Order: sequence, then structure tokens, then C-alpha cells
Amino acid sequence: MDFGFGIAPSSAINLDRTDLEKFEKVHDMEPDIYKCMACGSCSATCPAGRFTGMSLRKVILDLQRGKEAEAISMLKGCMLCGKCSMVCPRGINTRHLILSICRTYKEE
Amino acid sequence: MKENIIIIGGGIAGLEAAGQLIRLGYNPIIIEKEDHLGGHVADWNCLFPDMSSAEELVSKLIKNAAEANIFTNTEILFINRLKDNYNVMLSNGISIIARVVLFATGFKLFEAAKKEEYGYGIYDKVITNRDLEHWFNTGDDSRIDTDEMEAIGFVHCVGSRDEKAKNPQCSKVCCITAVKQAIEMKQKFPQARIYCFYMDLRMFGKKYEDFYISAQRDYGIRFIRGRVSEVSENIDGKVIVKAEDTLAGKPVKVTLDLLVLMSGMVCNPDSTKVAGMVALPADTDGFLKSRDNIADITSSPKDGIFYAGACTGPKTIPETLAEARTAALNIHTYLQ
Amino acid sequence: MIYQGKQKIWADYQKEIPDDHWFYVRSCIRQNFFPASEKMMLEICRNVLGKDFYETEHHTTCGGIAYHCDTIPQETVMTIVARQFALMTEAGYENYVASCITSFGNYLEILETWNEFPELETRIRELLWKSCRREFNRPKYIAHASDLIYKYRNEIASKARFHLVNKETGEPLKVVEHIGCHYSKMFPSKGVGGAEYPYVLCGMIESWGGNVIDYPERRHCCGYGFRQYHIKANRGYSISNTHKKFESMEPYHPDMIITNCPGCPYFLDRWQYAISEMEGKTYGGNGYGIPVLTYEEVAGLVLGYDPWDLGLQLHQVAVEPLLDKMGIQYDPETKYKGINNKDLLRPELPGILKCC
Repeated sequence: MDFGFGIAPSSAINLDRTDLEKFEKVHDMEPDIYKCMACGSCSATCPAGRFTGMSLRKVILDLQRGKEAEAISMLKGCMLCGKCSMVCPRGINTRHLILSICRTYKEE
Repeated sequence: MKENIIIIGGGIAGLEAAGQLIRLGYNPIIIEKEDHLGGHVADWNCLFPDMSSAEELVSKLIKNAAEANIFTNTEILFINRLKDNYNVMLSNGISIIARVVLFATGFKLFEAAKKEEYGYGIYDKVITNRDLEHWFNTGDDSRIDTDEMEAIGFVHCVGSRDEKAKNPQCSKVCCITAVKQAIEMKQKFPQARIYCFYMDLRMFGKKYEDFYISAQRDYGIRFIRGRVSEVSENIDGKVIVKAEDTLAGKPVKVTLDLLVLMSGMVCNPDSTKVAGMVALPADTDGFLKSRDNIADITSSPKDGIFYAGACTGPKTIPETLAEARTAALNIHTYLQ
Repeated sequence: MIYQGKQKIWADYQKEIPDDHWFYVRSCIRQNFFPASEKMMLEICRNVLGKDFYETEHHTTCGGIAYHCDTIPQETVMTIVARQFALMTEAGYENYVASCITSFGNYLEILETWNEFPELETRIRELLWKSCRREFNRPKYIAHASDLIYKYRNEIASKARFHLVNKETGEPLKVVEHIGCHYSKMFPSKGVGGAEYPYVLCGMIESWGGNVIDYPERRHCCGYGFRQYHIKANRGYSISNTHKKFESMEPYHPDMIITNCPGCPYFLDRWQYAISEMEGKTYGGNGYGIPVLTYEEVAGLVLGYDPWDLGLQLHQVAVEPLLDKMGIQYDPETKYKGINNKDLLRPELPGILKCC
């Protein structure tokens, strides 16, 4: 029956149901992905960010929360310029990280 | 004859001050209400950042203070001011007269049950930081099921930075304690997913940041920026935790086999009571008020009364020990 | 679950509820949704327990629904409430008891606001005088009607003809308690048992023989949420919240839900039908729903009143499975007979949710 409204799925992130298999694969390739502390330096300096919505900080977070599609679509804006690796205070090799994410999540 | 100095509290501050005062030629008298010395540190297992033994530290301090007069299981009935002296009446019937009284009365661990929404004392799988240290020491806690440990959570700032709980202050050591305990649990349960729910991570001390990086990089501890809002229990007796993942801007929920509440440091009501006997003022945070919070933290506004350690606010162990030494030296100067 | 831990919290939130002489005010919507509940409240209190309950036909809405839908200025609500207090004062009463949770919350919120801003109370007194020449004293005590049934629960239990026990197996019934948000979430100290673990309904359930279920979404809203329902575009939000609760309580197989709010039983009851149509899912046994009752209805059943005199035929979810479990006799033929055997007509049966 159509009531004109319906039951919306919860927007909460359920960590019990988050499959991190691919994320762990990326971690094997680039262990420093664990070191991100979400300071946002990468996103602030990203030349693509303002125009495409690309944010490496959010990509890492989305992958950890099981939101693959959002993360991958953001990555399309990346031009691999490397500015983020210059500013990362934790010294993460962001270029290698981005390429590792692309390699892992593109497999299918 | 050596001059008596009354030290109220036999925790690490009182012990260290006693050790120093002995070396300076005084006769410290420690009054401790519990049956053992070492205070909160005696309940702890390992200490950050080098994972050194709490027991060894306490034994060393006790050894250095061995020549002091020590009264355990003893409370203070009253203190009154004579002309240049203080007369302290103890619950064991002894009264002591001394020119100097040192308050090393420490803090009280926040009662986690007061945060009703976290269900401490109601849900089986909710424990505190102190309970976990007790388990590290004794292996005895029916709430910790070692066969089933897939996910563990730590809640930072329980009763700290919480105006509603009447404790707006940061307890300083809980962030690093959570990181330490998370690492220890990961070492014991390598398969477990471990989450830390934090508001800010305050990694101010020596090697704290290294410790945090190691927790992330080497142990894969997951840090979620957001305060736990409520805890409930599911049909299997596991706890379900709800929080806001403020970095993602979304609510987050997770089922856990164990939830550890990082109870903060609050002012010790016994300390306030004894301080009241000599009309010592409390600071705006409820802890004892120093003569000057920057230049003279170990002096009270009253002549002959000194402070050391967490009675004036949350402190780390190195800070407490340093204050105890400072107080000992200040007492020495005062008496010369 | 550590029961003693809850008892400790309950001990911190006990209220000294006056025993007698109450000025009773009804809810706007309960008489339509659960028509016998308020009648049963007065019947039990006056005739079974012999208490003094006064009501007046001059009482109106408290303005709570409009207030929570953001369609009325606060001063207007306050003046309406001041008028209710004036009615109480004129009738010579000091203890005010509200049937509605939202009214209860509204009264407490207004009194608390006046405590913080006394000049506002002065202004409201002026407005009341200008508009209807009335004056009021503040109530000495404000209770919710469920507080009183909670207070009288053991007296009711001593007169009980039925218990919340499965007659076949002798096992206590598994009962979900749902507390209206405006009962104690605004002022935890004003609710029996506080806000996190309210005891008001648990106490009735325990005293009448049932077992309380503590499920993960116990604290969650029923889904009504005023604006969330009254604006049709938001109704998906309303039903999603109700759905969340049912999904959470499902593994416990509850026999019934008991509530103390006007909106909650309505939405927990009616949305079970809507959910069954949308999702094809029902939450009771054998295709039925979980019966949802008000505390007065449950008290009435326990005391042995006829289910159809309690208005249980107006529920969406069939109550017969519950009546069977409790061993309560009922006549299916008279289910849709009103006063003087007037035929109330049979409702159309839903497609998925099984009803009797």
C-alpha cells in the first residue's frame, strides 16, 4: 500500500556491519593509512578540493566507515599533484596511499 | 630532636615529600586513611609512557620514606591553630603538634555510575579504567570474558570536561591512560577491534604523542571523535554504544564485548573536609586553592600549610613527584 | 543486567506523591484514541480506591500540541495553563494531576520558567486577569496520572483478579514499557525513577506479575514527535523511528507494550499496521502485532473489568492473544457492541496484520 511516505533506512554508521577487508588490503600496501589523525591539512591544501569536493581526509574516513562509493567518487577529482604529501604532519606518502586505494578498490 | 612535619595523605605525593624531608633532617609523620600506602597508584598496573611497573614505583617511594612515622587506617578528627603551631588530633587518639602541615590529600576518582546513561553498575560489560587496572593486576573480574573479546571500546572524559557532572576540568591523564590501556588490551586480544571515543586527544606529556602514533600505526586502535551519548545492552548481554562521529557528521553505533569508562579526577571530599578545619579556601574548580597558581602552587594562603600533588588539581605522576620535592624544599626554607 | 544497579538509581528518584484530593485534567486526544482509559482512571481511583478526584468541564487543552508544533507563542500557552491553575484554585484543590504526558511536561516547564523569570509569571497573571478575570495559586504538587497508578499499584495488585502471567505456562509475561518523552527527559527529578531508567511503569509491571524487557532502543521516541507526524511530508521520519524500536524489541518476543503517554500507544499501535503494509512484517506471534495498552487499560484488565468496556476493540492490534495468555474471558460477539448494544460496525480487516 502506498501511504505517500515510507520507512527510511537509518543514516547511522553501524560499525558492526562495516566490512574492512579492502581497507586492510590498502593498509598492507601503505601501513601509514592508520596514522591519519584527520587534521585536514591535505584537504585544505588540495587544489582539486574546491572544485571537485575531493578531500583525502574524508576519503580515509569514509573507507574506515564502509562508505566506499562516496570515497571512490571523491578520488576521481585527484590530479596526483602531491601537495597533500608536502603538508601531511604525519609524513604519510599520500600519493602512494591514493594509488593503493585506487588499485584495491578498482579490482572488481 | 628532629622537627615534626605532618603529612596528610600517604599517596605518592606524601611519600615522596616524606622521603625528601627525611633527607633534609626532619621527622615527617604520614597520616593515611586507607590501610595501605601508595594511594591510587598502588591500584594501577603499568605506567605510561614506558610501561614501567606501578608497584615498583610505590615500593621505592615507601622505602625512601621508611624512617617516617606512618599511621595508616587513621583519620583526622580536627586541626586547630595554636600560636605558631598546628595541633592535629587523630582518630587513634594521638595528637601531634607541628609548625608545618603538608596536604597531600590527592583526588577522588569520579563515580562512573553518576553518568547514568553509560550504565556503569547496570550493564554487565561496562567497567572503569580502575577496574581494568585491577584486572591487569589480579586477573579477577567476572565482567571480562576473555573467550569473547571481539570489540572493545574506551570512553574518554567520563566525568571530566562535564559541567553537568559539575567537573568542568580536564583530568589530564585519561587520554593517555586510554591509549595505554587500549594498547594493552590489543596485546592481550590481537583479534579484537578497539575503539577510543574522544572529544579531543590531549597528548601533552613526554612521549605521549609517540604513544598515540604507536596505538594507531602499530596496534590499529581506531579513534572516533565524538562523545558516547548512550549505552544499552542487547539480548546477548553485549553493550551497544551510540555516539556522533563528528568527523563524518553522522551518528555511529557499535556493539562491544567490553566498554571501559575513563573516570576522571575530581576533588576529594575528604580533602575538602580537612581543609575546612583550618579554613583553607577551595579554588573555582573545587580543588584546594594555592597562593598562586603559577608561581607558588605548593603554598596555601595560610602560613605553615603546604600542598603537593592532585589536591590542587589533576596531575600526572611526574608532576606530582616534582611538586612533592618542591613542597619539601619550600617547607625547609620556611622553617629556616 | 545488574538489577541492583537499577534499584540504586530508582532510590535516587523517588517522589513524595500526595495520597489524595486531586484536581484531574484530561488529555485532548486520549478520549478519542483510548476512550475508556481516563474513565478507568477515575473509576479505579474513586470507586475502587475511594480517593477524591475532581474534574471540571471548563478545562481545555493545555496548548502543548501547538507548542511542540511551533504554532503558538509561549505566552499564550502560559496563559492557557494559568487558566487551568485558576480552575484548580477555584475548585479548592492544590494537587494537580494530568492525564497527558505532554501537559505534565508543559506544566513543569512553565513553572520552572517562572522560577527562573519571575517577571514572566507576573505578566501572565496580568494577561489572565485581562482576558478572563481569573486568578490562580500555583499547584502544591503536579503529578502525572501514571504516578498515581504507580503509587496505588500494590493496592491494585491486592485486588487483582488477573496477573501479567501466562496462564498456560505460569511464566511472567514479557512486557515492554515505553515512557513518554515529556515525562522525565526534561526534568529527570520529576519522574519516578528518573530519565535514563524510569521506574513508573516498571513498578506496575513488577507489582502485577510481569517481567520488564530492557531492549537497546528502550529510550527511543515512539516516533510521534509532533511536527514529525503532523506534517505529512515528515511522516516517513515518524514511522522510521517506530520501526527502529520494533526491530530492536523483536528478539525479545514481547507479549505486550505498556505506555503512559497519549501519543505513544497510538503510534506504537497504529504504525504496526502501516509497517506490516510497507514491509510485510509483523512483530507479535502468528502474524499478529504486539498489543499496546495504556497503564489504565492494564490496571482495568488486572482488576477484572470487561475488555470491551475498556475500549480495547478500538486498538488496531488485536488484544485477544494477550487476553488468552492472561486467561481473561471475553465475548467475541460483543466486541463491536457499544452502550445499550448499539452496533458499532466491524472495521475493515488489514491485508497483512492479523486481527480478530
